[in-house]
Amino acid sequence: MTLQTLTYLVVGASFALYIAIALRTRAANTGDFYVAGGGVHPIANGMATAADWMSAASFISMAGLIAFLGYDGSVYLMGWTGGYVLLALLLAPYLRKFGKFTVPDFIGDRYDSSTARLVAVLCLIFVSFTYVAGQMRGVGIVFSRFLEVDLGVGLVIGMAIVFFYAVLGGMKGITYTQVAQYCVLITAYTVPAIFIALQVTGMPLPQLAFGATLPGESVTVLEKLDEVVTELGFRAYTDGAKSTLDVFCVTAALMAGTAGLPHVIVRFFTVPKVSDARRSAFWALTFIAVLYTTAPAVGALARLNLHATLQPGPVTEPAGSLTYAERPSWMKTWEATGLLRFEDKNGDGRIQYYGDTNPAFAAQAEAYGWAGNELTVDPDILVLANPEIAQLPDWVIALIAAGGIAAALSTAAGLLLVISSAVSHDLLRRTFAPELTDKQELRAGRLAAAGAILLAGYLGYNPPGFVAQVVAFAFGLAAASLFPALLLGIFSLRMNAAGAISGMLTGLLFTLGYIVAFKGVFMAPLFPNTADAWLLGISPEGIGALGMVLNFAVALTVSALTAPPSPATRALVENLRIPRGAGDAEAH
Amino acid sequence: MHDSSHRAYWRANLALIARCLGLWFLASFGGGIVFRDALDAFTVLGVPAGFWFAQQGAIWVFLAVLAYYGWASHRLDQKFDVDDD
Repeated sequence: MTLQTLTYLVVGASFALYIAIALRTRAANTGDFYVAGGGVHPIANGMATAADWMSAASFISMAGLIAFLGYDGSVYLMGWTGGYVLLALLLAPYLRKFGKFTVPDFIGDRYDSSTARLVAVLCLIFVSFTYVAGQMRGVGIVFSRFLEVDLGVGLVIGMAIVFFYAVLGGMKGITYTQVAQYCVLITAYTVPAIFIALQVTGMPLPQLAFGATLPGESVTVLEKLDEVVTELGFRAYTDGAKSTLDVFCVTAALMAGTAGLPHVIVRFFTVPKVSDARRSAFWALTFIAVLYTTAPAVGALARLNLHATLQPGPVTEPAGSLTYAERPSWMKTWEATGLLRFEDKNGDGRIQYYGDTNPAFAAQAEAYGWAGNELTVDPDILVLANPEIAQLPDWVIALIAAGGIAAALSTAAGLLLVISSAVSHDLLRRTFAPELTDKQELRAGRLAAAGAILLAGYLGYNPPGFVAQVVAFAFGLAAASLFPALLLGIFSLRMNAAGAISGMLTGLLFTLGYIVAFKGVFMAPLFPNTADAWLLGISPEGIGALGMVLNFAVALTVSALTAPPSPATRALVENLRIPRGAGDAEAH
Repeated sequence: MHDSSHRAYWRANLALIARCLGLWFLASFGGGIVFRDALDAFTVLGVPAGFWFAQQGAIWVFLAVLAYYGWASHRLDQKFDVDDD
């Protein structure tokens, strides 16, 4: 059986599974549609949260980014897991006690203001669409590479599948589909990782292979990697290029962003009790940690394998690098997608892959007769190409394709659901059309989900950047807008609507403005995107941390200068803080 | 249940959250970022300790923090008779 047939079979089987689950768990009312009726077991919810959470960025891009960034890649590992601690300690139990459907619901009720609700909806839509575009791009990459269909066709297939189970099943369908998707994606991630760990180090556990000594040599994986990459003029793997302050800020923005992401928060509305919300956060992080502690090992081993393939002989000899004619077949297939490019700058028919931006290495490279780095590797391909680079069996490669799609679809579905509930529940039922019946609201929710899928597909076809980068901005925006408003709503009795609204707007506009100024979304950047030009040396990826600080400062100042919230609001907050008496999440 | 007991519960709860956040901060921003260079003088499982905290250890500490919080918060709820069982 060819690899392509096998891939079709494995991916097709996973799709059949998702659809079967969706059909069995159709949503009957808005409670099912928004929060799965509030009756999901904490372990199942933890698994669904993990799938919801681990997106195409986690699955496809993260290990590749770490492989090329080395230490700097740690921001994703710490940021995307540490956020769960914030979520579990500061938000989840209280929002569960509050017991409503959506994040804007909480903001609207807590601040007793439909303006605050609308601002929250605005922030939510910004954050969710930025994020969903990244997922759709991930789906497109997997389809175009493994199923060898056009990116557009791949997107349409992905959209159709998500449409089917998100629109029909709502949160209930999504939750149980996500449990299945977690199983698919975690198998797809760990199986090749174990193979490769065993192959390179003789130690099957990737978490231990990370620090293992290479067989027959006296150096560890990381020592060897540092040696191999510095020999080629790259920065040592265990060194970082980012300043300590920037690493700090990016990590903080990713953490607070995680805790402020509406599609993650809403998952905690689906469990029966407050204590279940806490337990569920622990389970979610457990399931997430399986992938996140494997990823750094995958990154390091993949980088090692990549260099071993491209530089079979010693660096000092011209014949040490791979000839283009002898390149392995995985390079040819990735060249076809445009994500891997070779340009024979010195015309010797060999692939010189080295750090040509390193001035200290320039003279040496010239002495070798090299005329610049000749290979461009998109970090997004590394995880997907990894089993091929390591020459693993075909079924492992097919599994990776199914896993990548599961990761992208599960996150996209969760995001589409919060977008649709923001439209049908927060905008229509709670703001503009309160006379809507439950049935009409459910229909509006389904229509909104359908509309959101179409827009997401368009964004995936015309993506504003590469997956993890686009997603990183969504975190900055969530950290700077929603997270402080939620946190202050629970922990400050004094916080009022004026404070929360001005804080959210300041954080959102500041962060968005900074990102646009340096990255130029839909326009040319205003400033060069370099560390010298950045404010305090903080990159656009980390600016959400500063946006968050501004949000807190503005919110606290404005609320101190305006009237305190009503006694009813005070009672609402005091009630949130006591776990006893959480009913089902409900409509109004 | 009256207000003073609720206030005492909330204070105890805040203290628990502060303890957990302290560990969270030490493992990630401390071990993995600020004190990274100093820790790299040691190794954990074959990896320089600061680098290990940044790419492995912080995540394990986060899990331990959540496990502890789940247990301790439930105990606190029972002590102040505000649990949801």
